[in-house]
Amino acid sequence: MDLLTELTILALAAFVGFEVISRVPNTLHTPLMSATNAIHGIVLLGGILIIADSAGALNKVLLVVAIAFGTINVVGGFLVTNRMLEMFKGRPDPQAAKGEAEAKPADAAK
Amino acid sequence: MTVPPLASLLQEPDLISALYIVAFVLLILGLRGVTHPTTARRGNVIAAVGMAVAVIATLLTEEVGDYGLIALGIALGTVIGVPAARQVKMTAMPQMVALFNGVGGGAVALISYVEYRDALEAGANPELEKLIPILLAAIIGSVSFWGSNVAFGKLQELLPGKPISLPGQQFLNAAFLLVALGAAVAIAAGEESEGLFLLILLAAAVLGNMVVLPIGGADMPVVISLLNALTGVSAAAAGVALDNVALIVGGIIVGASGSILTNLMANAMNRSIPSIVAGGFGGVATSAGGGDDDGEAPPVHSTDAQSVAIALSYADKVVVAPGYGLAVAQAQHTVRELADELEKRDTEVSYAIHPVAGRMPGHMNVLLAEADVPYEALKEMDEINPEFEHTNVTLVIGANDVTNPAARDVTDSPIYGMPILDVDKSEKVIVFKRSMSTGFAGIANPLFHNENTELLFGDAKASVADVLAEVKEL
Repeated sequence: MDLLTELTILALAAFVGFEVISRVPNTLHTPLMSATNAIHGIVLLGGILIIADSAGALNKVLLVVAIAFGTINVVGGFLVTNRMLEMFKGRPDPQAAKGEAEAKPADAAK
Repeated sequence: MTVPPLASLLQEPDLISALYIVAFVLLILGLRGVTHPTTARRGNVIAAVGMAVAVIATLLTEEVGDYGLIALGIALGTVIGVPAARQVKMTAMPQMVALFNGVGGGAVALISYVEYRDALEAGANPELEKLIPILLAAIIGSVSFWGSNVAFGKLQELLPGKPISLPGQQFLNAAFLLVALGAAVAIAAGEESEGLFLLILLAAAVLGNMVVLPIGGADMPVVISLLNALTGVSAAAAGVALDNVALIVGGIIVGASGSILTNLMANAMNRSIPSIVAGGFGGVATSAGGGDDDGEAPPVHSTDAQSVAIALSYADKVVVAPGYGLAVAQAQHTVRELADELEKRDTEVSYAIHPVAGRMPGHMNVLLAEADVPYEALKEMDEINPEFEHTNVTLVIGANDVTNPAARDVTDSPIYGMPILDVDKSEKVIVFKRSMSTGFAGIANPLFHNENTELLFGDAKASVADVLAEVKEL
């Protein structure tokens, strides 16, 4: 692929990135940062692409580390984001929450 | 023409390009999903699927081999990453994100280094249109790796949270940047030297450490977001070097969205990104606004659980201003019980959420959601600030810097200009505090010495539980 095509893709994708994030409630800043963080782990593809053609033990070792790093970034990033977002769902209805609140403080009061 | 066998069909470049396009669509749709509360969770899953598609497409690429080593790398990463992500406490989330960001940057730096070594092995520097992105990826990746590690160390409190700065810091930073850039220019000008390339990585590593070390804890969320954007850009640069569209698109989307996010966060704190990066809370001001005037400060009024309970029982409107201390003490559940108890007595309870309460924007929302605090009770700063004048009692629990009126009134305070929760405008302020120490940013808080402020010393969770018990007795 020639450089010009790559730069065109780069510029267009940057605009997509700007547009996607333009309006975000504060609540979602942390999960969003975490999700974008996971996405740059895509660099692990770089390691996958060049490991076969790289000769020498040192190169291979460095690339295995790079792939491992990228995988940590991707897998960990998405999982952590999921855990954060999990907390926003499945809120019990107010009645249930009240009942629970009455039950617990009884022993806290002692 | 015969029908190609399955293996070669799968390796068809058009098929791989098509899979990449599917991956991009999923990544973009997923990210867009994460920007809305109702679709956020699904969005994250969609983005993860997009990533999986990109990985599979890449594995099918013809020149890919050494599957054993690739599997080893992915297995190692999974074995380390999954438990880390599963077990991290919600309070430690910011440093976890910093760490994940760091390894991403490290991967970029390593890949660019190997790519350069391969080129030298093959006999010469790569052509400029590959060499320049390789050099960029090396510099930015290395800065991001080391910077993120320092950010992790600070948030994990392995390193002091307060700004650490050396004399002539700016000058030194500039010098290291020049070394890295100089070596890069030398290579670009035709020098073929692995040593020079290592020098670039090293100078960038020192720079990453030096830039983040002097930054105060309160600014850390912005820094992590900035490093996140930088890693994205470095991944895109690596993509140009390797002629891989997925890296270019994935990387630059993070670079672009990450810079917007960084800007949003910096605005929320009324801080400019250059001034954050230029070093701490601006050197001199830190000591001027720090502990120096402690001796002259008026005394504080301390109180006990019973008095707090009585004040609460007479209140019609109570606001809780939670901070990181609440999260550390795991007091969010007890606070919610107290709020439920007060609401039963027709007291209106809401939560004032500063945009950077906790250690990351939105961090407090996550923590309170974990304790089943209803979403509607969480009020953002702009919404709650006009209401403090009509508030009878404000409970400041484990929050400090975000309630510091010095940010509004004291022009030479290091945090002057940062928007704060105007808790001091309410009739009575009760501060739950472990001790008289300063906040994460290391700045004295005049709020504690106000006439209408009372301090309840002790562990936040225990104190709230005491108050709750007293309220129930009334």
